[in-house]
Amino acid sequence: MSKHLIDLQNISKSFGNHLVLDEMNLYIRENEFLTLLGPSGCGKTTTLRIIGGFENPDVGKVIFDGKDITRLAPNKRQLNTVFQKYALFTHMTIAENIAFGLRIKKKSKAYIDDKIKYALKLVNLEEYGSRYPESLSGGQQQRVAIARAIVNEPKVLLLDEPLGALDLKLRQDMQYELIRLKKELGITFVYVTHDQEEALTMSDTIVVMNQGYIQQIGTPEMIYNEPENAFVADFIGDSNIISSTMIQDELVEILGVKFPCVDKGFGENKPVDVVIRPEDVELTTDVEKGRIQGVVSHIIFKGVHYEMEVMANGFEWLVHSTSCFPVGEKVGINVDPFNIQIMNKPESEDEEAVGVEE
Amino acid sequence: MKNNKAVKLLSAPYIVWAAAFIIIPLLMVFYYGLTNRDGQFTFANVLAIQQTEHFKSLYLALILALISTVICILLAYPLAMILSSLKGKNEHLVVFIFILPMWMNFLLRTMAWQTLLENDGVINTVLQFLHMPKMHIINTPSAIVFGMVYNFLPFMVLPLYNVLNKIDINVINAARDLGANPFQTFIRITLPLSVPGIISGITMVFVPSLTTFVVSEMLGGSKILLIGNVIEQEFTQNSNWNLGSGLSIVLMLFIIISMIMSAIFDKNGEGNTL
Ligand SMILES: Nc1ncnc2c1ncn2[C@@H]1O[C@H](COP(=O)(O)OP(=O)(O)OP(=O)(O)O)[C@@H](O)[C@H]1O
Ligand SMILES: [Mg+2]
Repeated sequence: MSKHLIDLQNISKSFGNHLVLDEMNLYIRENEFLTLLGPSGCGKTTTLRIIGGFENPDVGKVIFDGKDITRLAPNKRQLNTVFQKYALFTHMTIAENIAFGLRIKKKSKAYIDDKIKYALKLVNLEEYGSRYPESLSGGQQQRVAIARAIVNEPKVLLLDEPLGALDLKLRQDMQYELIRLKKELGITFVYVTHDQEEALTMSDTIVVMNQGYIQQIGTPEMIYNEPENAFVADFIGDSNIISSTMIQDELVEILGVKFPCVDKGFGENKPVDVVIRPEDVELTTDVEKGRIQGVVSHIIFKGVHYEMEVMANGFEWLVHSTSCFPVGEKVGINVDPFNIQIMNKPESEDEEAVGVEE
Repeated sequence: MKNNKAVKLLSAPYIVWAAAFIIIPLLMVFYYGLTNRDGQFTFANVLAIQQTEHFKSLYLALILALISTVICILLAYPLAMILSSLKGKNEHLVVFIFILPMWMNFLLRTMAWQTLLENDGVINTVLQFLHMPKMHIINTPSAIVFGMVYNFLPFMVLPLYNVLNKIDINVINAARDLGANPFQTFIRITLPLSVPGIISGITMVFVPSLTTFVVSEMLGGSKILLIGNVIEQEFTQNSNWNLGSGLSIVLMLFIIISMIMSAIFDKNGEGNTL
């Protein structure tokens, strides 16, 4: 789990004068499930296309298994791609689609037939071998695209939003299928999505991107619990991001009220951003016991919990709670010191561009 | 289906038009072709194709049309590939330049070739100037093929351009991704996916080449007779409408065959452009 299989070194890429990737550095370890996560247009597909060999970086190197493959043709790379819009061969049957890579490699007929059978079974499409892609649903086509890639036993599988076209139920099923596949086949996955829940569920490592910059790299837990900046906090799940002042170590002033916290080393009276997850905001009807007092302004039932908005000290707090507080009710707000996440405010202009757009 | 009546009413002029200019002439061709001068039913006019001179002219027309079509495919395919690979602003301009000659009068274009190919024409003058031997092109089958290829090439380029343009770049990328080199990708992906365009291009070049009499008359002199010239002469010089119609029916048979073939291969109408 430690060897670097792919190394992106200092990759920059522009289209015209639009800088899409800016000095990107990223390594992908063997057997890792790595997810590129970010909003539409942030450069995820471009990154994948550079790894796959369909795009040349302007600057930088792609190292694969110790070798520089930056200029290597896609057909000579030991990896396969599941494209964002399937890209199936419409003039071939499903079986022929799956066999394509193996036929190019001149495998024996018996081997190919075996592999087709195995792959169709793997993606639950046993009956569909002789059908044509256009007669399949979006989800089925997507599974064919996955089967077509994995029969080649690549070292790395690149997947570009492979579940984007599926409905929620099928998407969840396929998420489990993909994780199972990965365990069974032992290949490295580089996965692109803009769905943060999907990223958190499936990945070993998440790379959060915005506008061509990497914002944070880490395990799902790290990304969720300790976002490094306001963009990551905002993008990964709902959160309250409040401009505040760090009074001293372990004490932060939020909306004019002092809160004890656990972070240190930010200096004294420094402006910071505070992130508080909505499920970490505690409400109490015993108004005086709250550190801040507010009024419930909205409530929606979400199934597992209620989602509420509470107006307090000029800020609309987003709150998730299993108990229901009616609109108009006066409530007190408390936050456990462990659940207050302090982040440096972006300083330079460059960093600002990387940060949140509100 | 409330609109049915309105649709019928609106389509009435077209039905009248089609009847007057397509169906009635067609029926007349069949009437004349299947009767003799006294108006009696006969297959003689159709079977007249078996006469040596008629058969020869049909045979020559088929051969020349075939050669022109093949040359058109060979020229048009790379051209269409280049056109479809031009993305951005230039693309439309270049395509436009290709279509431009099609707007010029057919006769004018062919006449231009006449002056170019003549024994004392532009080409030979240039050759002479360069101290190279003169070429005898005009009034040979080659000149006719020249004219056909020149006139009908755009009809091959456009449907090809159309299908090639519709191929998703990621489908090509997927083939490369699965290990195919550029040549294998072309043979296994691009070519099969462009078959509808090829078929529709073939019909659009082969049918007018087969039936033309203008190109053969202007570039072939009056010595080389294609089936189109024979039919034309029966109508205009010999005033034998029955024979002319009979031979037309034979020619129509060939056209229908190529249309059916194109319909079979191009089920989705993907190659249609015009
Ligand atoms: N071939 C191209 N020519 C010009 N601009 C391009 C090209 N490909 C991508 N871009 C631009 O680069 C940026 C990043 O594109 P990319 O496809 O990598 O985004 P993405 O993160 O995959 O987004 P999405 O989630 O919508 O798929 C976009 O602004 C896009 O417009
Ligand atoms: Mg994308």
